[in-house]
Amino acid sequence: MAHRFSLSETATESGVRRLLSKGRARLVAAHVPASWLGTIELVWAEALNNIAEHAYAGLEPGKVHIDVAIEEFGVSARIRDRGRPLPGLEVPVAQLPESACPVESLPEGGFGWFLINDLCESVIYQRQNGENQLSLIIHPKEHTA
Amino acid sequence: MDLQSTETNNTLIITVNEARIDASAAIRFKDSMRALTESGPAKAVLDLSQVTFVDSSGLGAIVASMKQLRSGQQLDLAGLTPDVAKVFRLTRMDSVFVIHDSIESMTRQAAG
Repeated sequence: MAHRFSLSETATESGVRRLLSKGRARLVAAHVPASWLGTIELVWAEALNNIAEHAYAGLEPGKVHIDVAIEEFGVSARIRDRGRPLPGLEVPVAQLPESACPVESLPEGGFGWFLINDLCESVIYQRQNGENQLSLIIHPKEHTA
Repeated sequence: MDLQSTETNNTLIITVNEARIDASAAIRFKDSMRALTESGPAKAVLDLSQVTFVDSSGLGAIVASMKQLRSGQQLDLAGLTPDVAKVFRLTRMDSVFVIHDSIESMTRQAAG
């Protein structure tokens, strides 16, 4: 049977930090392998930062919830917020920004959705009853070192 | 942002004394880096050996720190911990920077 936990925070930069810190502690307590933690924290950080920076941009920051299930082969998380929907109601197409270019043209952003898509086994987005629901399944073994 | 800088052999070594360069630290990091690199040696090295977590905002701030350098100035990286190295590798930003294993190995190489 999967080990489950849920956490909530206000979707601000400091709220995201707290959520990641609590989430990591819960994963450690559930004996998730240490080699998985970096990948999981990075994926969650990118998804949560998007909510703080974009979904609630210009709005009073609302809550963000994460429901986590730890399985034998990985970790799945459903992240929910009541901010603005993703444009086009879909997971953004995430191409790696061009890096073979002069220094002054190097990208300073646009990596977030690329990392989420690259590191997740599955990324599913739904908008339901005014709520964004992003389901992320990570099988970290395929991404260690 | 807690950054500490020392100058040795005409190289500015900037040590990050924090565990995270993330979304909530990115702007402070970039501003501190600008203040530290707007004068001084043409070569700077960012020592990331105490940093265990960099997200895409932190990565963007490190790239921005290089883009805001003076003309002819260079920024290398050193001491990437495994999860930080992975972010650079996945985004191919490892091809943009000269990356040293550690400050010690870099200075040894320069001396030898």
